[in-house]
Amino acid sequence: MLSHMVNYQMRLDRTFTALVDPTRRAILAQLERRDGASISELAKPFTIRLPAVMKHLDVLADAGLVTRSKSGRTVTVRLRPQPMREAIEWLQRYERFWSSRLDRLAAYAERKEAEARTKGRR
Amino acid sequence: MTSLTLVRRIKARPQVVFNAVTTAEGIAQWWGPDAGPVLVAEADARIGGFYRLRFRTLRGTEHESSGEFLEIDPPKRVVMSWRWKGGLEDPGESRIEITLRATPDGTDLTFTHSQLNDEESRRSHEQGWAGSLRKLEACLAKIEALQD
Repeated sequence: MLSHMVNYQMRLDRTFTALVDPTRRAILAQLERRDGASISELAKPFTIRLPAVMKHLDVLADAGLVTRSKSGRTVTVRLRPQPMREAIEWLQRYERFWSSRLDRLAAYAERKEAEARTKGRR
Repeated sequence: MTSLTLVRRIKARPQVVFNAVTTAEGIAQWWGPDAGPVLVAEADARIGGFYRLRFRTLRGTEHESSGEFLEIDPPKRVVMSWRWKGGLEDPGESRIEITLRATPDGTDLTFTHSQLNDEESRRSHEQGWAGSLRKLEACLAKIEALQD
């Protein structure tokens, strides 16, 4: 159980780290628009060299955000959105966390208000 | 999306709601994760005053929330820093702002949870998750913008 949680944290860490860089986000955005792209296609819009793009792809692949498959001499890169979903769910925990508390705050305040009114009428 | 905002319409006067968010007795009633017992409830509701709440959940784990009152304008507005200890992560320090607006039926409450200034966020990033949260939110917004 603990190792499961540690893995989860490490995965989130890798996802956040991968997403922090603007070039890597642009690569993901490109992949979002098509089903698979070669490395040279992905490198085209950028002013950086191919080896730098390869390094970015390594980080994205480590985070599980892309998959690479080789066919002949061409490597096809595809988006794998699962880690992003996990990261978004992590963010939404905050919303659930506060939402349930504010419901309780509202219920408590309404109870206090009702009590005050009852006392006021006595 | 750099912060989380939630709105509630409450059938109680702003002063009643304000007391619920600024007194130890009030906070202890709703701040905890479930109906487990309150172990510590302290709140010194003035600018620079601290609050601290410790709970035991029904599952037996303990959680602590603490922070400082940064702005107080009864019964309209309260701003506090917030730190959460419990579970497996310490998300670092962030900021909670609650504004209350009187309505004919009671109060409209707006709750905003945001990160502190850049210095704080950078520090909390070094300590844990809050900085990552902020960055991810910013980059998800950018990814969305790129899709348009």
